Amino acid sequence: MSQTLIVSSSPHAKGDLTVARIMWGVVIALVPVFVASALVFGARAIMAVLVTSAACVVTEYVIQRYFLKQRATVSDGSAVVTGMLLAFNVSVAVPMWQLVVGSIVAIGVAKMAFGGLGANPFNPALIGRAFMTVSFPVHMNTWPLPQQTLLSLGADRVTGATALGQIADAKALGEPLTTIAAELPSYWQLFLGTVGGSMGEISALAVLIGGAYMLYRQLISWETPVIFLGTLAVITGTFWVIDPTAYADPLFHVLAGGAMLGAWFMATDMTTSPMSRNGKIVFAVGCGFITAVIRLFGGFPEGVTYAILIMNAFVPIIDNKLRPRRFGKGAAA
Amino acid sequence: MGVVKTFPMGGVHPPENKLTADSAIQVLDPPSEVAILLGQHIGAPAEPLVQKGDTVKVGTLIGEGKAFISANVHSSVSGTVKRIDQALDAAGFRKPAVIISVEGDEWEEHIDRSSTLVTEITTPPEDIVRRIKTAGIVGMGGAAFPTNVKYMVPEGKHIDTLLINGVECEPFLTADHRLMLEHPQEILVGIEILRRALQVDRAVVGIELNKPDAIEEMTRHAEQFSNIEVYGLKVQYPQGAEKQLIKAILDREVPGGKLPLDVGCVVNNIGTALAAYHQIQKNRPLIDRVVTVTGTSLPNRGNFLVRIGTPFSHTIEAAGGMPQDVAKVIAGGPMMGKAVPDLSVTVTKGTSGILLLDKKAAQRHETVACIRCSKCVTVCPIGLEPYLLEKLARVEYWEQADEHDVLDCIECGSCSYICPSNRPLLDYIKVGKVKVHEMRRASAS
Amino acid sequence: MNELLLYSALSLGGVAAGFAVVLYIISRRFRVDEDPRIAEVTELLPGINCGACGHPGCTGLAEALVEAADSGDISHLTCPPGGAETMRTVGEYFGLEVGSTHKTIAVLRCGGSFANAPAKTEYQGPTSCTAAHTLYVGETGCPNSCLRLNDCEIACPFDAIVMSSTTGLPEVLPDLCTSCGACVKVCPRNLFEIRPRGKGKAERRVWINCRNTQPGAVARKNCAVACIGCGKCVRVCNDIVQAISMENNLAYIDPDKCISCGKCVPVCPTNAISATFPPPKPKEPKKAAAETQA
Repeated sequence: MSQTLIVSSSPHAKGDLTVARIMWGVVIALVPVFVASALVFGARAIMAVLVTSAACVVTEYVIQRYFLKQRATVSDGSAVVTGMLLAFNVSVAVPMWQLVVGSIVAIGVAKMAFGGLGANPFNPALIGRAFMTVSFPVHMNTWPLPQQTLLSLGADRVTGATALGQIADAKALGEPLTTIAAELPSYWQLFLGTVGGSMGEISALAVLIGGAYMLYRQLISWETPVIFLGTLAVITGTFWVIDPTAYADPLFHVLAGGAMLGAWFMATDMTTSPMSRNGKIVFAVGCGFITAVIRLFGGFPEGVTYAILIMNAFVPIIDNKLRPRRFGKGAAA
Repeated sequence: MGVVKTFPMGGVHPPENKLTADSAIQVLDPPSEVAILLGQHIGAPAEPLVQKGDTVKVGTLIGEGKAFISANVHSSVSGTVKRIDQALDAAGFRKPAVIISVEGDEWEEHIDRSSTLVTEITTPPEDIVRRIKTAGIVGMGGAAFPTNVKYMVPEGKHIDTLLINGVECEPFLTADHRLMLEHPQEILVGIEILRRALQVDRAVVGIELNKPDAIEEMTRHAEQFSNIEVYGLKVQYPQGAEKQLIKAILDREVPGGKLPLDVGCVVNNIGTALAAYHQIQKNRPLIDRVVTVTGTSLPNRGNFLVRIGTPFSHTIEAAGGMPQDVAKVIAGGPMMGKAVPDLSVTVTKGTSGILLLDKKAAQRHETVACIRCSKCVTVCPIGLEPYLLEKLARVEYWEQADEHDVLDCIECGSCSYICPSNRPLLDYIKVGKVKVHEMRRASAS
Repeated sequence: MNELLLYSALSLGGVAAGFAVVLYIISRRFRVDEDPRIAEVTELLPGINCGACGHPGCTGLAEALVEAADSGDISHLTCPPGGAETMRTVGEYFGLEVGSTHKTIAVLRCGGSFANAPAKTEYQGPTSCTAAHTLYVGETGCPNSCLRLNDCEIACPFDAIVMSSTTGLPEVLPDLCTSCGACVKVCPRNLFEIRPRGKGKAERRVWINCRNTQPGAVARKNCAVACIGCGKCVRVCNDIVQAISMENNLAYIDPDKCISCGKCVPVCPTNAISATFPPPKPKEPKKAAAETQA
């Protein structure tokens, strides 16, 4: 025989899906969010995204190459996704060196320390954000107002409270929402993103464009974001119906803060969400529930980060208990 | 053709690559020597009835399937038995075989070799099943399960439908497609024969929508048979798997470890129906089959009517010879076929195709870490968790693998096909199945 | 301040005292009287807990030994890694006869190296002999050959098996092998056998380095050093100790009968018999060679 034949197990056909295609697909889906943050916060937002992405990639490369002595796999794009999401989760006021520290924590502690790609129990970008929130509280809670000094790279900007922050302040003072109603941004502003807030959380429109792209590419399943936001809307809506003067309406809760970005890009993170469809649904309900509880009764104005991180911790149990329905079982045969 | 049906759970869409859909079936002359395996089917191998030096004709019974699950084997050529020896099976193991050197092409006298269509069925049902066994007919879709066994319905089971599988969901393969185009009437008479043997009122043919000409042809001729319906099915792999076909057409689910009999139906392949026609109407046992010989670089690829026992090398020669860039030869289709280690492997009753892959297509890709994308869970048509089964098999937790229904896997390969990390999911699941079977046998004894 | 110190000390001390009492009562009530000999015998054993004796670790064997000693016979118990040396001290401890023990070692019975059995196909898939064995005949084409992956290397708890990069076959390191049998169990083709280490310091042992039961011509096609079942070794040995038997075209040397003379080694036409020592020079071929020279 002229050729040595290869023998391997079936299947002998391979689909064209790869880890790199998935991750770079997510990066493409994040482009609208990136554009929105640049339009609202200007050059400094662009720089922040570049800094975190580069810091994440370098951190991953250094750890794989020099600490673990492995072949570096940064080209798969997963570090870029983490970097972009980290930048989108923080205020444009955060100094660059803090972004670098956050990136190192996100990749080094939350991802590589657990075994790298696919082995991290918690979403690295959210761990980075949570770490920065407790470590750098001042900058993390300074929210520059939108569309000023767009060409400047500096952090010296006029600041104000976020929409959720205004509501939390009102709640703390025991004032009814009607007193601040005029100051709150309109739904339209929240939808387009011409408000203060984290760089990527502001524009619901941009997130939806990215989400639609990911649905089209089958990078995420529709259940997670829809049920996450649905649960949030139902719970906040219930309280709004009970007392509209003390609680904001559900549409406001869905559009404001990190709910959109979290539901479409963080709760759908493959590694840190459940495997089965039923599991994904439970996970999404849990995320929506905890977000609502923190927003309505917690000390923080925003709860998406912690809601997702808490639910991340439940993923092993969810995977263990909620399994896909076996063909021929549990159905009328 | 009514509503477009499909199975709802899992499945993938591999590129169809039906390169030979337009090439008519060509008759391939027998080679100078054939090696007919005595165990071409699921079950016990047949026992040889001939000896070295015996003269055989086409259709002479050379092996008798004595066990309950076994099948007769007939000579596919005329000539002299060279020796009763061993020949390579598709996995490269040597198995008992009858090796015949071919002289001329003389057929047994009782075989009707004319191509006249015989529509009138005179054989009573009980004789049909007996003669299907005599003819050594097995499932022609690839699994090669003895057909007569499917028709021995145990007491207390009620069968209402006969399903005929014309799905051919494997990429590249076009053997059934060509048969439906070129012999629709024979196939339909064969279906009618099988329907009578099973004594049911309804027979349904399922064909995927990527074969509109076959659907049209079959539907047109099926009008003459009041009990046969033709359904078009949405293209989705693995629709040709027995359980998925039953779900798609009848919306019934066969649980793990159960048979189609348990949900009131029997599934047979197009080729099996044609073989039944040949035996009952023409007295012609199963001595040849249509094989799709294909591959992107194969010059004269096509569909060939090949005698059982013909070496792969002979069929590849007929299709234009082995191209230089071929690195893998597969018996069957790319999703479930077996990569053969040697070209002297012979065509058996279950060989639906011979597929040649070039180096690029044959090569496995580097395995990287699982990113828990859950694609394997989504595409599994049985609702298993391939990622978990792979993990359990790697650490040899066979009890847990058993608890997670590793034995229910139908080995369709959708999980390995989709996995973005190129993990050898099915490789390990197959090991798990073998080990769990071993474990169960050990604990049973 | 002093009061605080006093109360703290008193309350903590009280809690500690309470727990001490409870622990004492529990330990008295649930005390298990263990035969002190078990601990002493365990000391005499190698302490590697390999399980080769068939008992769960060295303590397990010690328990079995103590129990057997009470009934007056420990000759059926052995410690394979410890060998005669260990069992002698155990026998002295009990003052009882010990069974005949010889040190054993795992032996690979396949000579299908890259050179002897070149790969005819290329296996692609997980590095697992079990997976490859489930899939097909293997790269060599011999259904009984080593698959040259590494299940045994991974299974060996003592790192006594190393896959050789030159031959592709596993090598058993005699200094590390305790003949625990993990490789025997894991090999899907059952190529390992626990055999006596053999006589003397040199550990003279001889074995048929093949498990192929196919007819000679077929076996030879796939491997240069396959046993072809010619029976020459059987005939040589029949004149000496009748240690070699032939079944299904495959010879087998009974280690209990073999005296490691090595006379069968040179007569094998395919070099399928391996020995740990240089075999005696074959006489007849030499003569023949001399004759042709002359």
